[in-house]
Amino acid sequence: MEPVQLSVFSWEVFSAFALKGLYYSLFLTLIATLGGVFFGTLLAMMRLSGLKWLDMPAAIYVNGMRSMPLVMVILGFFLMVPYLIGRPIGAEFSAIITFIAFEAAYFSEIMRAGIQSISRGQMFAGQALGMTYAQNMKLVVLPQAFRNMLPVLLTQTIILFQDTSLVYAIGAYDLLKGLETAGKNLGQVKSAYLLAAVIYFIICSLLSFLVKRLHKKIAIIR
Amino acid sequence: MSNWDWQVFCRDTVTGDQVAGCFATGRDQTYLQWMLQAWGMTVTVSLSALLVALIVGSIIGVLRTLPDSPKLVAFGNAWVEFFRNIPLLVQIFIWNYVVPDVIPMTANLPPMVLIILGLGFFTSARVAEQLRSGIQALPRGQRYAGMALGLTTPQYYRFVLLPMAYRIIMPPLTSESMNIFKNSAVAFAVSIPELTQFYLQAGEETGKQIEIYLGVLAAYVLTAMIVNRVMVFIEGRLRVPGMVAAGGMGGH
Repeated sequence: MEPVQLSVFSWEVFSAFALKGLYYSLFLTLIATLGGVFFGTLLAMMRLSGLKWLDMPAAIYVNGMRSMPLVMVILGFFLMVPYLIGRPIGAEFSAIITFIAFEAAYFSEIMRAGIQSISRGQMFAGQALGMTYAQNMKLVVLPQAFRNMLPVLLTQTIILFQDTSLVYAIGAYDLLKGLETAGKNLGQVKSAYLLAAVIYFIICSLLSFLVKRLHKKIAIIR
Repeated sequence: MSNWDWQVFCRDTVTGDQVAGCFATGRDQTYLQWMLQAWGMTVTVSLSALLVALIVGSIIGVLRTLPDSPKLVAFGNAWVEFFRNIPLLVQIFIWNYVVPDVIPMTANLPPMVLIILGLGFFTSARVAEQLRSGIQALPRGQRYAGMALGLTTPQYYRFVLLPMAYRIIMPPLTSESMNIFKNSAVAFAVSIPELTQFYLQAGEETGKQIEIYLGVLAAYVLTAMIVNRVMVFIEGRLRVPGMVAAGGMGGH
């Protein structure tokens, strides 16, 4: 039994092994959120378009993604993408594509609720002013939908940050992998897992605290 | 990708020979049989974890709504924050590698039990959160009415609040039950022989990764659909007309 001690993880050890991983985890979270919200909004608009040939593929995509475990999706992209584009890709890059594609499904459900939270009258008012569908969406509906859903979107981002640890499955070098590598070098893998828990806990608690405050602020204004 | 080889599922796992009828007898096993076994493991782990999550989550959820017990409420809140803010994979590693060292009682538990506890406790935080919002969604008068009738706290929870609260949180519990099946996939990281682990091993062994992958994926999707149907059925039987809890959105 190895004694659990976190003190061996000095800043030197952390910055040598884990910092690169932490940056990657944060970068993956950021790019997956931006990409996921962008494609998620498109999917939500497809589903609310009232046109069957747009609605159906989007619904199949969203529900399909939502019924698969994320680990399997990560493994699947890592397996299939090289076949599709004809050359192997790195685990880190594969994870980025996977997370954007996967999170788009979840963000689209949030954005769908956001768009539906805007009363139809506003859309009609825009039409009466002579706005096109695109103008209406861009200037009237989406800004309000984003604002209404901001706390939910950010909460999903925190979940997304936690889920980035699943890139472990394809060996991408994220925070968890970085700490594990450091732990293996020091012969302290168990302590490394504990430290990972502490770091994830601090970051996620801080973020959810901020989201709660933001939520209060927005709730008053509305 | 043009040359599919679905016959791979009918291969013997040891000799690699095709087995007629896809089911080997005796001590032999085909990949299909192995996959069904792994599927059984996924279902076992998920259902057991769901049971743990419902029991622990109910206790914590009730603690968080108790009147006049700030310490218990704080404990319940801390529990939820703790299990919600650490990634499931990290929690699974800690259950598998650290917990048996630190807590002597768990030293001899098989990994499968540790993973069930890990997945169950992780989900318990989410169940607790939903039960809390379910109880708080009830009109305050219901609690007071129970008190006015002279019911003790356990009594008015048992007979007044909980029967309603559980019924209105059925929709979020449905998605939580589906989540637990999906989340059980992380058990591959500590080598529990479930579906994801089967894909990794069998894909490697046979070299037919895409076929094995699609087979496993179909099993997951089918499981999600079955769980959904079952839960929707239960939901329909229990629904309270006009009362729906504000379901949590997002999450996996």
